[in-house]
Amino acid sequence: MDESYDVIVLGTGLTECILSGLLSIDGKKVLHIDKQDYYGGESASLNLTQLYKKFKPSKEYNDQFGKDRDWCVDLIPKFLMANGELTNILVHTDVTRYMEFKHISGSFVYRDGRIAKVPSNQTEAIASPLMGFFEKRRMKNFLEFIMKFKDDDLKTHYGLDFDKNTMDEVYNKFGLERGTKDFIGHSMALWSNDLYLNLKARETYDRIMLYLSSVARYGKSPYIYPLYGLGELPQGFARLSAIYGGTFMLDTPVEEVLYDDEEKFQGVKTKEGIAKAPIVIADPTYFPSKVKATGEKVIRAMCILDHPIPNTSESDSAQIIIPQNQIGRKNDIYIAVISNSHNVTNKGYYLAIISTIIETDKPHLELESAFKIIGNTKDVLMGIAELYESLNDGTENNIYISKSYDPSSHFESTTDDVKSIYKRVTGHDLILKKRATAEEEAELAGL
Amino acid sequence: MPSEISSQSSTPEARFSQFKLVLLGESAVGKSSIVHRFVKDSFTDLRESTIGAAFLTQTIQLDPNTTVKFEIWDTAGQERYRSLASMYYRNAQAALVVFDITQESSLEKAKYWVKELQKQANSNIVITLVGNKLDLSEERKISEDEALAYANELNIMYCEVSAKSGQNIKDCFRDVALKLPLDNKSNSQNQRRNKTVDLSKRPNTNEQQCAC
Repeated sequence: MDESYDVIVLGTGLTECILSGLLSIDGKKVLHIDKQDYYGGESASLNLTQLYKKFKPSKEYNDQFGKDRDWCVDLIPKFLMANGELTNILVHTDVTRYMEFKHISGSFVYRDGRIAKVPSNQTEAIASPLMGFFEKRRMKNFLEFIMKFKDDDLKTHYGLDFDKNTMDEVYNKFGLERGTKDFIGHSMALWSNDLYLNLKARETYDRIMLYLSSVARYGKSPYIYPLYGLGELPQGFARLSAIYGGTFMLDTPVEEVLYDDEEKFQGVKTKEGIAKAPIVIADPTYFPSKVKATGEKVIRAMCILDHPIPNTSESDSAQIIIPQNQIGRKNDIYIAVISNSHNVTNKGYYLAIISTIIETDKPHLELESAFKIIGNTKDVLMGIAELYESLNDGTENNIYISKSYDPSSHFESTTDDVKSIYKRVTGHDLILKKRATAEEEAELAGL
Repeated sequence: MPSEISSQSSTPEARFSQFKLVLLGESAVGKSSIVHRFVKDSFTDLRESTIGAAFLTQTIQLDPNTTVKFEIWDTAGQERYRSLASMYYRNAQAALVVFDITQESSLEKAKYWVKELQKQANSNIVITLVGNKLDLSEERKISEDEALAYANELNIMYCEVSAKSGQNIKDCFRDVALKLPLDNKSNSQNQRRNKTVDLSKRPNTNEQQCAC
């Protein structure tokens, strides 16, 4: 095998694969290794045999829910915002060539004991069962204000300053009730707790705009999702990296990490030999002594159903958010629902993946309200994941470690991590350039 | 590039089908060269590895009313350490498993890839074993009979080609096209695409898009 590279990447999770692709396009010589024999690491989608082996080793999967290969169950449930940064990266790198996406049919929020569609414009706000008559008018005014707001036009500011006023002050200006604040902040701005209320309003405004502009792209919901599951994402970026010269080795555990005299990264030893590079990018599992637990633990329950979720108009896919206040918690509970229409289950089956940050020592009981919403289950597989982050930023030893995938409902924090690592590794901000078309690439390759 | 022909072209009986075709085989057996000969009718002796272009299309006209478009996926080198992604096999309707008739070991590798395909790909995938480097037939190590016997045993097609001279390349792809289910609408990728969203297009925000 080749001995020296510009960058070695360990782990084929989404963060690592996006970086591998971007650096290969930049002309870097990348060696990408994974200890497991499949792509995706923590962001893989597993078939049921793999899933039962991982979460219910006592119970083997024997085709009780149909053919194994018809199932792709995400280990980390998330959706893409149609107008979010991951979509932007996918389009610019043209990884969309290798994948197909569909929108998610519905976006729902829990309020006062039931779920209802999240209103995404003034008309829907007026029709929404989430609010009483007067509150609907206040919500309509609030949405109108958000949509018409222009930084350089003071008339649209209503005397508010997003960089001075807190979000709670903005809500109060429109006289919004607590429950309405809950669904704006949690189901539109997608905050998972209430700390944002006392922060400057700017970020919440940006998040609401991301939600609204994402809904505007395909209607129905702001979310899109790849056919065959999220595990296609790391594979698509890995292919991008390979096409630009990246070398891939799966099923290759790292036997030893090599350091120079100053404790800086120098290379790795594997069954294929020694590979050297001045820089390594890795997920936390490759450097357990160089990461710390953030203190947050996430519980994820993967539920197999043979019916759509009640009260979602038979949606084949949905995001359901239970804001923390509604059930006396500190963190929201998310339910991601997907089915055969995204080619992730066998026909007639649905997957509901429930996730939240653990707050007690009986985490499975914390999900009770979510189980009530989804109805009867055929089987439930549960896992608890601890979140890790790097002890330092990597500039000292050239070891750049990604963060664990958080429980947020979308990929915005993942792409933030990608950009942050990209900047630390290259010394400059990520500027996305439109990738050459297939034909231009053919020309470049000398055809 | 050939121009696109839609299923609604002038003649009422015109048929258009698009298929995903993947290439497999040991490194350096000439997978990319076969594609480049087929798509661009060109050949380079010094092709090192697959960089830059690993996604090509080529259209062939089977008869005046029947057009078949191949969406060709090259391995991009990911086969080297057996690190091909499951995405690569996904929905592939045809596969060329290539070996080098002058390298005995390459047929063994080809057998491995046929097994992988039978495990990972659609059950109705059309697999063709391709013996390349026919221009080097004096150095041949694997006889046509041997390869053909193996192909027959597995009930897959066999053809011998030379990417360098171009010999049999077109005929080989043509034979593949003839084996594909041209009339079966559910297999056609155009059908599937309709239900998905195109991320690069910005729909008019005033219009409610129906993606169903």
